[in-house]
Order: sequence, then structure tokens, then C-alpha cells
Amino acid sequence: MNVSLYVWQRATAVAMAPMIVVHVAVIFYATRHGITAADILARTRGSVGWGAFYAAFVLAVSIHAGIGIRTILDEWSPLDDRHAGIAAAVFGLALFGLGMRAIAAVVMP
Amino acid sequence: MTSELKVSLWRGGASGHYQVFAVPLRENQTVLDVVTYVQRHLDPTLAYRFACRVGVCGSCAMTVNGRPRWTCRSRVSKVVEDGSLEIGPLENLPVIKDLATDMTVFFEKWRDAKGVFTPTRTRHDDIEAIAPGSPARLAADAAIECINCGVCYAACDTVRWNENYLGPAALNRAWTLVNDGRDGANAARLEAVASGGGCHACHSHQSCTEHCPQALNPTASIAGLKRRTVRAWLTGEIKSRKAGRAG
Amino acid sequence: MIARTARRLDHRKDLLWLAALLHRLSGLGLAVFLPLHFLTLGLAIDGEARLEGFLRWSDAPAVKIGEGVLMFLLAVHALGGLRLLAVENLPWHDGQKRHAAMAAGVAAAVAVVFLAWLL
Repeated sequence: MNVSLYVWQRATAVAMAPMIVVHVAVIFYATRHGITAADILARTRGSVGWGAFYAAFVLAVSIHAGIGIRTILDEWSPLDDRHAGIAAAVFGLALFGLGMRAIAAVVMP
Repeated sequence: MTSELKVSLWRGGASGHYQVFAVPLRENQTVLDVVTYVQRHLDPTLAYRFACRVGVCGSCAMTVNGRPRWTCRSRVSKVVEDGSLEIGPLENLPVIKDLATDMTVFFEKWRDAKGVFTPTRTRHDDIEAIAPGSPARLAADAAIECINCGVCYAACDTVRWNENYLGPAALNRAWTLVNDGRDGANAARLEAVASGGGCHACHSHQSCTEHCPQALNPTASIAGLKRRTVRAWLTGEIKSRKAGRAG
Repeated sequence: MIARTARRLDHRKDLLWLAALLHRLSGLGLAVFLPLHFLTLGLAIDGEARLEGFLRWSDAPAVKIGEGVLMFLLAVHALGGLRLLAVENLPWHDGQKRHAAMAAGVAAAVAVVFLAWLL
């Protein structure tokens, strides 16, 4: 962990704080109203707003989780600094890819 | 109340075992008294380190019943558990023999963090005026009483898990110098503490602050370094180096 | 060769150390969960029927409790993270242990409210 990773880690954390509040509110709403897949998709399909919001969320979490995983691998696994970084970058990219795919799945008309 | 203490002492180097001794329990006794008794009356081959025996030098630090402490300032009555003491060398450092550790890497990291004062004036210049009440001087003064005992380093799990981590003592000292208006080495110092293994590796466990016998707060010093280096990096004052200690 | 000679490490009983451990484990738990979460939402690519099938499966009480656990992990990780940002950026304040305990408590409350909300 150095100054640049630290800044990215903390900055994405700050960016996600309000996003988490929104996301938790969405979950509470959806579960209370017994929402179905059709209900969800009716709201998300073609929505630029939801698409943009969750795209930002996915980007932030991919960076944040990637750096977090890097630290855990560095401190708790036998991997050295360089390989921990590579493994974490692979994880972060995979997360980003899956996340954008999920957004496309629910937003694309 | 037993009249004897059951004392387990680490014998050996990196590998070894705990050897049990019976030591007479006295009304006023420190852990250092106990270790000294063993070496003088029971086993002269026991290796341990001490100097002042009155809590001003930091040489006698050991792991006592699971925590790093100054043994001369640890009353047996306060730390004993069920009539027994388990005493080992400080964690996170190589063991020379028994209770004595090799503190070389501790001081190497001190040097790597640029924890050394670099003067900007000579004896021919006027003395620099430092206002004692200035925020920078107050920040330096709050952290200045470190005597390099190694207790914080031994208590820190980030030191344990990350061999590149400079550690709380070295970073705490770097913070005092960052705040010292007379010092001229801040460019190199900020680079050193901003690289891999520097202040950003700290997770704020605060084990250092919890155990410091001088009641210092390395976590707060490290937080100060985090703020200072982020500002320096965002303004281009420093570049970041991914690599660990440059030496 | 660094020796590991201590048979116990009592600093790991301290509240702030445990708070840091909880922060790390909750982050790890969320990192493991997220790919599964994204894959599930990706079921919608095949149309709503598959996603609907999953949502109905997740109505089961055991799954709901799992979701409650996830809610706790998210809340405790976020609140613990805010505590860290405060430690690192605000003037030093004592009462850290109280704040750490509060963060965990509020997170647990959020998870409990979530589960109660479902009933």
C-alpha cells in the first residue's frame, strides 16, 4: 500500500458512501414490496439514470475491492507484493466486467 | 496465596522452548526482578537485556503474559495470572538468545523512514526561532519522547504481516521531523514514508498506542503523515513508488 | 529469522483490533459475494424468467437470513470505514473504542431492521 493506492482506496470509499445509502434504500423498498423480476426490469430497462448510477458504483467498487484484496493477499497469503498486485488486478477487472454485464442485463432495452 | 511464582521463560533462538522456574514471590516485585533472580540464582546461562531498571531507557522490554511491556515497570502483582508468568522476547524481531532480541531491523527502518534530523543551519548562523506554541511544534512535542524501546513494533500486527512496513516507531519519529521547522530533509522523508511499507500500510489497529509505555500515540502521528503525504502527492510534491524500503 | 515465540498475543483481545478484523473480514465477505451478485443479475440477459426463478428461490427463510448477514456486512464495513476516515482526517479524538462499538451496534441494528422489515 503506497500513497497512490491509498488515495484511490479512500476516494472510492467516500464516493460509495452515499451510493450505499441509496442502494440499501432500494433493497428495503424492493423487499418490502415483494418485488418481482418483471417489476425490477420494468424500472431499469432503458433507464439512463439507473444505468449511470450503478455503472459508477461498479467502477468504484471494483477499484476499492481490488485494492482491499491486494492488501489482504499481501499480508495474509504467501504471495509477494508483485504477485499480490497482479492477482488483485485480475480480481478487480473481473468484478468490473461482471458488474457491467449485470448492468447491461437489466438496463439494455 | 502461593509463596512461589511459576515462571516460564523462553530459552533458545528462533526455535526453542519455554523452561519453567520456581521463583520466590515477594511483596514488591517487578518482572525484571524475577528474571534477574533466575539468572543470578537458578540458571546463569539465561540471556536477557536491561540497563537503568527504573523505566527511562526502554532496554528491558519483553513479552509478558501475552503483551509487550517494560519488565522493570511491570509489577508482578499486576501482571501475574494464577501465580504464573510467561516471559518471552519481544515479537516481530529476530531472537539472539532467550529474552534478548536483535533490534537491527528496527533501527534500519528508522533510518529508512528518514527519522534522522538534517540541519539547515550551522553554528555560524543565528539560532532558528521556533515558537513552542505553534501547531507544528506542539505536534512534534506530542510525539518526541520516544526512546526506541520497540514495544510498539512488537505489538503491531501490520509489522508482523508486512515485512516492508516501517512500523509505528520509525513513522512516529518521521512525523516529529516533518513538523520540525529546522529540518531540511522533508522531500526525501515524505517520499520514504509514502512508498510501499510506509504510513499508508497502517490499519489503525492502535496496538502501538495501547502499549506505548511513554503514552505516545503513533497512530495519530501516522494519520498526520497520511494527510501530509496525500497533500504532497496530489500537488506533485512527491511521486509515489510502489516498491518497498529502498534502504 | 523472525521468531514467533509468544504462545499468546493478548493485543488481539483489544476492541480496536477486533474492529479492524471485523472490517477486514466483512470486506472479504462482500468481495466474495459481489461476483455472485453480478452473475445473478446477469441472469436477466436470458429474459426475466430466470431472474424471477432466482428471486423466488431467495424468498426462502434461510436465504433471507443470509441476506440479513450481508446487510450487516455491508453496514459494518461502511460504518467502520467512516470511522477510519475520521481517525485519519479529523483532529484526534479519544473515545475511539466507543465509536467502534457504536458502528458495530448500528450495523447490527440495520440488519435486524432489515430482517424485521421482511416479516
